[in-house]
Amino acid sequence: MSEFNPRIVGFLCNWCSYTGADLAGVSRIKSAPNVRIIRTMCSGRVDPTFILKAFELGADGVVVMGCHLGDCHYQEGNYKTIRRIPFLKRLLKSFGVHPKRLRLEWVSASEGDRFAEVVNEFTEEIRQLGPLQLTNGKAKKKQVHTIAA
Amino acid sequence: MPKPKLALYWAASCGGCEIAVLDIHEKILDVANIFDIVFWPVALDFKYKDVKAMEDKSIDICLFNGSIRNSENAELAHLLRAKSKVLVAFGSCAHEGCIPGLANLTTKEEIYNWVYRDSPSTVSNNGGTFPVTHTKMPEGEIEIPEMWDYVKSLDQEVEVEYYIPGCPPQPHQIWAVIEHIVSGKPLPPAGSILGAGDKTCCDECPRERKEKKLKRFYRPFEILPNDKECLLDQGLICMGPATRDGCGALCPKANIPCRGCYGNPPNCQDQGSKMISALSSVIDAQDPEEIEKILDQIADPIGTFYRFSLPHSILRRVQK
Repeated sequence: MSEFNPRIVGFLCNWCSYTGADLAGVSRIKSAPNVRIIRTMCSGRVDPTFILKAFELGADGVVVMGCHLGDCHYQEGNYKTIRRIPFLKRLLKSFGVHPKRLRLEWVSASEGDRFAEVVNEFTEEIRQLGPLQLTNGKAKKKQVHTIAA
Repeated sequence: MPKPKLALYWAASCGGCEIAVLDIHEKILDVANIFDIVFWPVALDFKYKDVKAMEDKSIDICLFNGSIRNSENAELAHLLRAKSKVLVAFGSCAHEGCIPGLANLTTKEEIYNWVYRDSPSTVSNNGGTFPVTHTKMPEGEIEIPEMWDYVKSLDQEVEVEYYIPGCPPQPHQIWAVIEHIVSGKPLPPAGSILGAGDKTCCDECPRERKEKKLKRFYRPFEILPNDKECLLDQGLICMGPATRDGCGALCPKANIPCRGCYGNPPNCQDQGSKMISALSSVIDAQDPEEIEKILDQIADPIGTFYRFSLPHSILRRVQK
């Protein structure tokens, strides 16, 4: 059996972390290729639904990265994130999903090395946890929401 | 012209939806006049074999309440699907799983062990007697339905045309839907929610809302809320922000926080994650330790946020 290669979704804020990831790239810092990056305008834009959806659709881990506290482009977006992620971790735990599968990190635009470090560390952590196998978790049909009566 | 045929069925449910149908009061006579009721176990003496004998697609509308909990529920869901032109998931159980769906917090095995062996009120089950599907009796073999390991909403078992949310659906909404159907007005596209609004419960709530900043959450028994201000402002976990409107904010009007029975509002797939989003925005703390302390005050997030929608939520069930 080939080695388990974690599938990780990364939500990166446009202003700091995405640029940080970019810097890691142009600086040719080597990091694990396991993170599929999705750019959001702010870490505060990451709706908990996105994260649950990522797990439902096959992610083994989700990492959210944003600007350091106090550096948010929108003043306090990331303060919403520091409340949301711990809250969601609690929910994941009660769902029987290991809370370590969700991680929040601050990566500024100048921290390419930090980005690579987080990615490597998290990939290794998820590798230890193994694949996330949701029972009965297949994607369900989309409900159309129009109203009558 | 023959009268359109109507069927009503209950699967894993409490019977409240049936009462809600009767709560349209004397209008039930109009329903009986307009429709030919061909199947309604709670009120009329039709048997499953009568339904099996019907031609496919011969029932015009079937209001199906209850979630899919065992093999009998599933069998009837498939049977009524085949016989009905329009199958409606009626009430929260059929729509999203509702209270029976909380069984998805555990497993069949754990439930059996607790109910038939470990609960303090089980006096003696030394022989380890558990339900079985087949039992030999002198008169022959008895078969009872098999309970499943998890609960499904109706649309996770069969195709469903419409949903009428609510635990139970409010009588005025039921009547509005019936009137709409009877009037011959075109029906909305399949997959639509009927008999509910397209906003959240907060939009119907008459309470006064302020800029929310919360450092303390209460459980309902811990405080007596006043009847003017928003219940969430007062620190009670009210599901209003993550619940569809349509009920008229009945619970908040009675000084009880919304429990979320009308299910997801439009463009929302998961009540729990929306509730986390909403609450995270109003918690008044920026220090991780303080945040954890505040979150400690919210008892049982999964049971509170998914009280009515666990099987239909994104993760559907607790992983074991």
